[in-house]
Amino acid sequence: MKKPAPKKEQPHDLRNKYRGRRTMGVCLGRRGPNRLRHQTTEGSIAVGRGAAAAGTALIYRGATGHCHPYAAAGINTAADEDDTKRALAGPRGVNVEDSVTINASPEELYVFWRNFELLPRFMAHLVEVRQIDVRRSHWVAESTGRTNRRVGRRDHQRSSWRSDWLADAAWLRRGQRRLRPLQGGARQSRLRGPGPASVRSTRRKGRRHHRLDARPRPARAIHEDLRRFKQLMETGEVPTTKGQPRGRK
Amino acid sequence: MKALVWNGTNDVRVERVPDPTILNGRDAIIKVTTTAICGSDLHLLNGYIPTMQAGDILGHEFMGEVVEVGERKYPAEESATASSCRSRLPAAGASSASGSSGRCCDNSNPNAWMAEKLYGYSTSGLFGYSHLTGGYAGGQARYARAVRGCRSAQDAATV
Repeated sequence: MKKPAPKKEQPHDLRNKYRGRRTMGVCLGRRGPNRLRHQTTEGSIAVGRGAAAAGTALIYRGATGHCHPYAAAGINTAADEDDTKRALAGPRGVNVEDSVTINASPEELYVFWRNFELLPRFMAHLVEVRQIDVRRSHWVAESTGRTNRRVGRRDHQRSSWRSDWLADAAWLRRGQRRLRPLQGGARQSRLRGPGPASVRSTRRKGRRHHRLDARPRPARAIHEDLRRFKQLMETGEVPTTKGQPRGRK
Repeated sequence: MKALVWNGTNDVRVERVPDPTILNGRDAIIKVTTTAICGSDLHLLNGYIPTMQAGDILGHEFMGEVVEVGERKYPAEESATASSCRSRLPAAGASSASGSSGRCCDNSNPNAWMAEKLYGYSTSGLFGYSHLTGGYAGGQARYARAVRGCRSAQDAATV
């Protein structure tokens, strides 16, 4: 019987850019050539051409994932993403996204959202979040304590965090919330982002493997977290019936 | 207090149950002065509506007098939240947990996921009308707890 040919080794990966930045690069890159079409005066055409050239470079950067200036400087931001995939021990990891429309401005929501100590009020699996210092906070999820380091908080549109380590419990290693105002100037915000997921731990060939459980429960848990956040922001409380009177049975 | 309790299909009884208490800061306790039996209560009685549980208190059409309101103070960090809590609810009778406000339809049902699974969207919370609509204890009782999704405690106090 003919032995199947060994898998061809993939060529050396030229990507040195984290995928989030690649997307951003492509978005920025598209703006340059588009801008050229709207120029009218000579001076602004020159500016537009410059922007188009820069945009083309960014498109190349975004499409290939390779950035020459980064390579020259020895920077490799792709490692961030790959590390996460490795930690999740799956081919791609699991990315769960959901969104909810909230009748409030992004600024209002961010005032609440940026205070991580308030998150347990609507995230059901969180017991406590305690701010250690400006950059670090201690998160207690269900019965497991872990330390998370908050990173990448830029403005009121975005808040993200990254866990220092991944073990056997209930948080994605990386998470991000985006607050985006809806069109038309309405006081509404759309919130997207991954949230809690369970991690299944198995032992294979003597090694412990962690895998995110992608069954519906985590997705619903995220959905319910977002729903509670909306309830809290729009009415000031999360509705409950726990503790109300009942009959004898 | 005494309340009408659903114990199973075609089995409802007036029983003694604990008095309701304030569970959320903007709850109000209503001393029921008038209550009604609706035709749709028959759907609960004969088991047509799912997700009833033995011990549920019936009654989704009632009125009464506010005898207690919850704390309405919020910590400083929640001032933005508190300022966004303007009630847009109609001054209708306290027959449902939400009235007709879209905001309250979205926010008053703690079991919204059940309704979404069944209908594809969620109804508002309702008093005494199965756990599909939140499982709120109803008003065929001496006292009932009105929730913020229904109206603010301040609004309820003016009824």
